[in-house]
Amino acid sequence: MMSSEDGKKALLVMGCPQVPVQTPAVLYIAYQLKEEGYEPVVAGTPAADMIIKYSDPGRYYIEQVKNIDSEVAKIADEGENYDLCFVFIHNDSGVAYAATMNEILECEVIPVVFGKEFDNLANLIDFSSRIISAEAVHNPKPLINEIDRVMKWAV
Amino acid sequence: MGCIEKMPYEVLLRNASFAECREYQKKHYSELHEVKPGHKIFDVHIIGIPPVYIAIDGEDLIFPFTKPCHGTFLLKVKSPEEAAKFRKN
Repeated sequence: MMSSEDGKKALLVMGCPQVPVQTPAVLYIAYQLKEEGYEPVVAGTPAADMIIKYSDPGRYYIEQVKNIDSEVAKIADEGENYDLCFVFIHNDSGVAYAATMNEILECEVIPVVFGKEFDNLANLIDFSSRIISAEAVHNPKPLINEIDRVMKWAV
Repeated sequence: MGCIEKMPYEVLLRNASFAECREYQKKHYSELHEVKPGHKIFDVHIIGIPPVYIAIDGEDLIFPFTKPCHGTFLLKVKSPEEAAKFRKN
């Protein structure tokens, strides 16, 4: 496994945790990012953060867990930046957060769209050349396949 | 919501889509100021899909407020100071 000694950081912005595939997709991307030398940081609602906290109690995959509103403020007001950002989207709010991240961050923002409305939601996104989208609600496999297809992980 | 919660505010739309809130602003208000997503108003940063508007009606500011689990709310907050600041800029 590569280390994140070169200081590359990736932000994973989570939506409302009501769709089950969000957590495994976050942990899977975090795992792959770590393999590629990134320090994965997640930002979410208190409930989404709590699910991650207890899904990865040893912090094998996630380096830091942050509150989404505080992180938006830190980026917008204090200029905090990342090398890569993923935004998890299964509702209209998710698209709004992705568009906002694209505006306030200087790095590439990759939308990860899932859930029953994935097609309509993906059509609202016009700022990213790389979009991950799949009809996945309970079974994460279609979304994981799409993540691998778009990201072409080095490992 | 921070300090907005302590101010007198009215919810014009709740659990709406961002586009629905924007259409409501365009339909009901003539004074629209475009801001970038992430723009700070009071103590919150506006989360949204461009174009993002803050409407001003007299001393009232009408703007979208998005939460991850509850969609977008269109809020009306009275603030003569903030309205004057927008008009000046």
